Amino acid sequence: MSASKQEAAKAYWKDNLRLMLTLLVVWFVVSFGCGILFVDELNTIQFFGFPLGFWFAQQGSIYVFVAMIFFYVWKMNQYDRKHDVHED
Amino acid sequence: MDTQTLIYLFVGATFALYIGIAIWTRAGSTSEYYVASKGVHPVLNGMATGADWMSAASFISMAGIISFTGFDGSVYLMGWTGGYVLLAMCLAPYLRKFGKFTVPEFIGERYYSQTARVVAVICVIFISFTYVAGQMRGVGIVFSRYLEVDINTGVIIGMCIVFFYSVLGGMKGITYTQVAQYCVMIFAYMVPAIYISMLITGNPIPQLGFGSEVTGTGQSVLERLNGLGTELGFGVYTDGSKSTIDVFFITMALMVGTAGLPHVIVRFFTTPTVRAARQSAGYALLFIAILYTTAPAVAAFARTNLLTTIPGVEYSNAPQWVKNWEKSGLIAWLDKNGDGKIQYGPGAPFAGAPTFSAETGAHGERQVTNAPTDAATEFYVDRDIMVLANPEIANLPGWVIALIAAGGLAAALSTAAGLLLVISTSISHDLLKSNIMPSISEKQELLAARIAAGVAVVVAGLFGIYPPAFVAQVVAFAFGLAAASFFPAIVMGIFSKKMNKEGAIAGMVVGLAFTFSYIVYYKFINPTAGAADWWFGISPEGIGTLGMIFNFVVAVAVASVTSAPPERIQHLIEDIRIPRGAGAAIDH
Repeated sequence: MSASKQEAAKAYWKDNLRLMLTLLVVWFVVSFGCGILFVDELNTIQFFGFPLGFWFAQQGSIYVFVAMIFFYVWKMNQYDRKHDVHED
Repeated sequence: MDTQTLIYLFVGATFALYIGIAIWTRAGSTSEYYVASKGVHPVLNGMATGADWMSAASFISMAGIISFTGFDGSVYLMGWTGGYVLLAMCLAPYLRKFGKFTVPEFIGERYYSQTARVVAVICVIFISFTYVAGQMRGVGIVFSRYLEVDINTGVIIGMCIVFFYSVLGGMKGITYTQVAQYCVMIFAYMVPAIYISMLITGNPIPQLGFGSEVTGTGQSVLERLNGLGTELGFGVYTDGSKSTIDVFFITMALMVGTAGLPHVIVRFFTTPTVRAARQSAGYALLFIAILYTTAPAVAAFARTNLLTTIPGVEYSNAPQWVKNWEKSGLIAWLDKNGDGKIQYGPGAPFAGAPTFSAETGAHGERQVTNAPTDAATEFYVDRDIMVLANPEIANLPGWVIALIAAGGLAAALSTAAGLLLVISTSISHDLLKSNIMPSISEKQELLAARIAAGVAVVVAGLFGIYPPAFVAQVVAFAFGLAAASFFPAIVMGIFSKKMNKEGAIAGMVVGLAFTFSYIVYYKFINPTAGAADWWFGISPEGIGTLGMIFNFVVAVAVASVTSAPPERIQHLIEDIRIPRGAGAAIDH
């Protein structure tokens, strides 16, 4: 790899790690946070006929997971091009 | 047409479809056999992953488990979906870029060690066989319930079908069969779910009906369930009975275990590009989420229906589905107080699963021979009823029942085939080609893979016919071991350039040995030990999380005092981190 390519790869990896860690925080908060650790507190709030904590545990966390992966795909495709490491 | 004829028709038609696909997509090279030539479209790979992942347990049992445990069932919902987030961001794109055929192959090359590769192969085989035994049993059970053949004949028919398309088609055949199986399965799950949602709440979308009012009561589904549960002594549906730390650890073990299961990971080796591997993880979870967000709704509807129609009803006036499923032994009634009414409350009515004498009781019920317990409850319901009896509860026509039979078989067969493929490739590629007989040609390797798949089908079938008593107990193994072994080793292999062979092997061995001993001790040696004896209150189901933590800690500690990996490995890591240059499948 040439020096400039190596720089690009490094910058790409940095962007990637930042995105990944941010999303992992969201992943942890919606499932382990809202669905498990703070479920009792959130259950005092009603949300479209559900106690909110219960909704996160059995519905909400799954919706957020799906949305997160598609966001990750979209953002990574942008990074691939930005740092010129994309395929074809 | 009567229901029985419809069932034969539906099951026969779907089997013919799977065999047709297998002939059409048969594999001619090891690349086709192992990874479908890496040419699978991300949407199709998403569907195939969904079918690969959702087993007979997801299809038949999960809604029932949630139904009977309420909030505690959330561990499966979050655990078996959250793992895909880890897969999409931490594993799939990089393993696809690595561009080889198997998980042990990655471990072996990244850690420049045949020992590491052999350790990985042993884990793959152990995890996959544990899992596949349950699937073959599931095939047998669906057959025996719907097709009036005995379980063993059912297992043998299932073996023949799986044998045919996995041996012939390899990954390519399995992929396209799984796409078809996903469609059959999701249709079969959604039709009764939509009807039962309309029946209970008037809302056709189960996920929304879940939060709506029960028609004619002015209460939401969950308010009503909580009310009925409290009244009958079952407790509040939306509150759990497990400790928070246990729920946390089980959920984490299931998530990380999902991300570390070899038959799931290997599906992401089949996409044409790194970008497609990422996308495909999104589609996989989307397709899985359709079933996983419906299941808790079905659980709540079926529970509401059960609690409003059963307790206190005269047996002679009980709904027809009670009598239908009593015939197959999934429901039983023991009139303890002799009043002719069904008392239904917490606890078990008698010890164990029901056994019946040939006699009928005073009200025409099948006479149960089990020893009664002290509990007031008289009613036994198998949890699988919550899915199996849904069409009858919702008064649906016979073809919907036939659809459920075909869907249950699709779920069990697709998962079994994925597992068998992983076992056969580990043997032919990682053991034979790379260790024992490196000189064999591609043709011979392909033949070896087919023979290994054939042998694996037979072994799995034998597990199905003679289930080891511990089958139900060992599912914890598959997830715990995957969480404690593969996940940390792969993640550190990608995200740390410093992680070396000594660290990775030490981590895997410690993680595995710890998790294995804990599960064996609390499941087999001292099974009566309860939450008070567990370490920090963590059940054997959740211990894989602690095993994973030990793996990480030991690996980092050992790597810090041993020499860094060689330069070529550093280059390999730099290379897998960027998408560019991910070629087509490399035959090697």
